[in-house]
Amino acid sequence: MQKVYGSAAEALDGLLHDGMLIAAGGFGLCGIPELLIQAIRDAGTKDLTVASNNAGVDGFGLGLLLESKQVKKMMSSYVGENAEFMRQYLSGELELEFNPQGTLAERMRAGGAGIAGFYTKTGYGTQIGEGKEVKKFGEDHYILEEGIFADLSIVKAWKADDTGNLVFRKTARNFNPPAAMCGKVCVAEVEEIVPRGSLDPDCIHLPGIYVHRLIQGEHEKRIEKVTTRKKEAV
Amino acid sequence: MPWERDQMAERAAQELEDGWYVNLGIGIPTLVANYVGDKDITLQSENGMLGMGPFPYEGEEDPDLINAGKQTITELNRTSYFDSAESFAMIRGGKIAAAILGAMEVAENGDLANWMIPGKLVKGMGGAMDLVAGVKKVVVVMDHTNKTGEPKLLRKCTLPLTGTGVVDRIITNLGVLDVVEGGLKIVECAPGVTEDEIREKTEATIVD
Repeated sequence: MQKVYGSAAEALDGLLHDGMLIAAGGFGLCGIPELLIQAIRDAGTKDLTVASNNAGVDGFGLGLLLESKQVKKMMSSYVGENAEFMRQYLSGELELEFNPQGTLAERMRAGGAGIAGFYTKTGYGTQIGEGKEVKKFGEDHYILEEGIFADLSIVKAWKADDTGNLVFRKTARNFNPPAAMCGKVCVAEVEEIVPRGSLDPDCIHLPGIYVHRLIQGEHEKRIEKVTTRKKEAV
Repeated sequence: MPWERDQMAERAAQELEDGWYVNLGIGIPTLVANYVGDKDITLQSENGMLGMGPFPYEGEEDPDLINAGKQTITELNRTSYFDSAESFAMIRGGKIAAAILGAMEVAENGDLANWMIPGKLVKGMGGAMDLVAGVKKVVVVMDHTNKTGEPKLLRKCTLPLTGTGVVDRIITNLGVLDVVEGGLKIVECAPGVTEDEIREKTEATIVD
């Protein structure tokens, strides 16, 4: 089976429809599927629900889909870096379902692993727990959270082989593996596709079984906050 | 003189013990890393890293290597990377010895509010709810009062909660307080600050 496509638009061909649920990898702007996001912007698919830890920044990442008003609802843990997001949310144009970060990651992982729901202590006694089933195990209270089953997963990795085995780099791994797992179809964009046999099988972070389509591309990899220290004078 | 930001961070660093795995929040808690001294502390960054190093030298920033505050950082020879689900498995699973976090409000029963102001500031909880639910010791570092001098240590939080009964110790610019049965207990005053001043600027019940 051929998984490698020539462009982000080709890789998404036939997968997009209005009102769909998309799970996206990335943390802040680190490890985001920037090429696939741009292709979804160009495709104009509307009324999207997007499960992603963050919502990009103005003009980059998922911020592009917010500006073009293609997003109906976000499922996120932190959206503080995006002025357009805040404007749309506070004016009621955009729905937002806050998920604690670990709950969001586990909901994706669970969805991908065939787990319909799980109990977690996170959020018990807060707004997040309101309306959710509570169960006591031992001395502690847990709330029921449901797995996420997405129509499409979009993720970014460092390297892949042509069978879809993925290797991530440093903290750019973040939400990408759980996001990849929870979609009916997963499209991955990578910096380099290498021939099969050239990745160490012991060092594959996400086996190709989770990855259906693949593109290689040039990534801007924008840095959100550059922080440095000075070299001490000798 | 009440403590400045760096002095609060320095005081918070005393809470950490040799060998601990620790998660530091954004703001003053991040500064705590500068004061751990000779203690063998491994910092966890919830975006998927154990063994967080200092900021990179100018020109050596790596877009694939950031902390949970989205700042560029470096790795150490002990560093490991993992995905977000695994990161919160270790947090929820009680493997992290302590979290040091900021706060907007803390109540006398240990309730913490630090993630939103309805209608105004809608940023989100990030990993804070998972951290307070899962780590063994939660230390909050915060100003004792807000900009208009109103107490932030309250009988009951007015803002949406991050967790209920989760805070163990509070380090403010005025001193150190523990959450104990019946309220907060003053365990230390900043130099030149009296217990009376702390009582006056605290709404929460102070117990002896």
